[in-house]
Parts: sequence; structure tokens; C-alpha cells
Amino acid sequence: MSQGVLQAKLWYAQRISAMILGICVAIHLLIIFYAIRGGISAQEILGRTQGNIAFALFYELFVLACFVHAPIGVANILQETIPKTGLAKPISWVLAIAILALGTTAVVGVYTGGSL
Amino acid sequence: MSNTDLKVKVWRGAEQGEFVEYLVPRNSNQTVLDVVTYIQRKLDPTLSYRFACRVGMCGSCAMTVNGVARWTCRTHVSQIVKGDSLEIAPLNNLPVIKDLATDMREFFNKWKGAVGFFKGTQTRHDDFAKVEPQSEERQLANAGIECIGCGVCYASCEVVEARPNYLGPAALNRAWTLTNDIRDVQQLERMQAVAGDAGCHACHTQGSCTERCPKAIEPTASIAGLKKLVARAAVRGSKWGKL
Repeated sequence: MSQGVLQAKLWYAQRISAMILGICVAIHLLIIFYAIRGGISAQEILGRTQGNIAFALFYELFVLACFVHAPIGVANILQETIPKTGLAKPISWVLAIAILALGTTAVVGVYTGGSL
Repeated sequence: MSNTDLKVKVWRGAEQGEFVEYLVPRNSNQTVLDVVTYIQRKLDPTLSYRFACRVGMCGSCAMTVNGVARWTCRTHVSQIVKGDSLEIAPLNNLPVIKDLATDMREFFNKWKGAVGFFKGTQTRHDDFAKVEPQSEERQLANAGIECIGCGVCYASCEVVEARPNYLGPAALNRAWTLTNDIRDVQQLERMQAVAGDAGCHACHTQGSCTERCPKAIEPTASIAGLKKLVARAAVRGSKWGKL
């Protein structure tokens, strides 16, 4: 695959993940507005999310969309800001792995209630 | 100096140089090209600049005037003068040969790089190709086809500044008009050429090209069309095949 075609595919992946993120962020905000009425505590959050597979799947989808979307954008910014250093790809990969690992850990955490 | 003189700072030199101030009599309906011509003919014959048609057709007289790339033959001084001052410099993003003349080779080589030229299969012995004027392709091509190659968009593009190998708005706009030419037979090759970070996908959609194009073309829209078309061709394929 040529560089151009790879970049075209990455661009497509970023647009598709942006669409998913748009929906996820909207749902996430609505849940926050709904849940926060009358104050909120960690107990209440865990009470809703613990063992709730729908919550877990929704937030894992959110994490996956971030995993695809953010590193592609950061790579583009770095490529234009520090073009000659060759750091754009490595830094974006580190970011991608960090988002996936930390995000998935968080999803597992709220699903299991920290019992893992 | 009379009250009506313009103070005109003009770039003299090549990549290294300085602005030199000239006093030019102010006339009604005076264009920026008239100002530059006055300086060369009456004040300093060593001033280099480029022009040909003087009526907005040839695209050779573009310069940076008061910080903005413009076609100077159709820009009236009264539209842009600040007080009584003008600052005239060569176009950005292109090597300066001397004074106001830039080396446009890279700009036009990028048109070639974007496969911005027509290739058909018919000969003079064939009948005329029939292109329906109201067809979607023809309408899309129409929107971008009046480009005069002046380089204003290229000089205004911040992506060109950040990525020197970026093809730029004019070349990509030309590629888009040919993508919509149903007679052309280089579609896959062209999509390959304009894909990716040296091509359409690097565009940030900032729209400086569209804002400054003297012919009111929208290269941003053309590039957006290419982005969608090429990305789809890379993932799902197109009517001409898969990339």
C-alpha cells in the first residue's frame, strides 16, 4: 500500500471515529446531566455501572473511537510542527496505546467495581 | 512630495533584501499594477516584476499587497490603501528570483504531480464527446474551471508553508475538475497522486485559498470533494476501481 493510500484510509478512519465520538459524547453528557441531579457520589456511579454490560460496551466503544481518532490527529499536528524529527509516529503510537490501556482499565474498573 | 502621493514600500532583492520606499502620484482608478509600472518606468528601471494581459486573464501579476496575496491588475489602490501607504512584496511560499518576480516552476510542477492534465482516448476522427451540460460532473467541473493559475491560493495556504511537498489548492482544484471530466482516462492514477499528506488529505479546510481566489473559485470545496472520493476509493473502491 502506498503512503498516500494509507493516509487516505487513516483520514477515513478518523472521520468515521469522529462520527462515533460525536454520538458518544452527546450520550455521555446527557447521562451526566441526568445522573448529577441532586448531587452524585462514587457509590451511586458504581451502583449504576457495576455489572451493567450495556454501560461497559458503550464506554469501551467510546474508548475505541478515541483510540482511533486522537492519535491520527496528533500525528498530523506533529508532522507539521516538528517535521524533521521523525517523532510524529512514535509519539502517536504511545498516545494510542495509552488511551486504549487506560481507557479499557477504567471501563473494566467501573464494570467490576474494582474487584478485579 | 505632494499631498496626494502614495508611499509605496517595494521589496527589492531576492530571498535576502529589503523594502525600499518610493513616492508615486495618486490617480483615480489606479491599480496596484499601475503603481508598480510607474515605479519601473519613472523611478527605477531596475525593478523586476511580472505581468502580461493587465485585464485579469493571464494570472501573471499576483503579488503580496499589504500582506495579502492579490492579482494586482484588478486591485484598485483605493480598495486596499491604508492611509497613504502600500507595501508590495513577492508572493509567499515561492522562491524569489528578483524583487517582485517569483519562481513559479514548483507551483506548476505540482499541477503535473497532481495529474492535472487531460488525457482522452478519442482522436480527431471520432465524433465529439457528448457531455451533458446539466450533469452533476459537468456542474462540479464548471465550479472550478476558471482558474488562471495566478498562485494567489498557493501563496495564501498555510499548509503549503508547513508541508513543502503539499500539492496546494490550485493543483488539487485542477485535479478535481479533471476527476469530473467524463472523457479523461487517468482517474486511478490521479487519485493515487492526490491521496494522502502530500495531497488533499493534508488540507485543514482553513479556506484562505477560497477567500482570496480572485476568480471566486472554491478550492476548499474541490479539495473536500477529492478527500471523500479518494478515501472511499481506498476503502471501498470507486467506479474506476480500487486504490
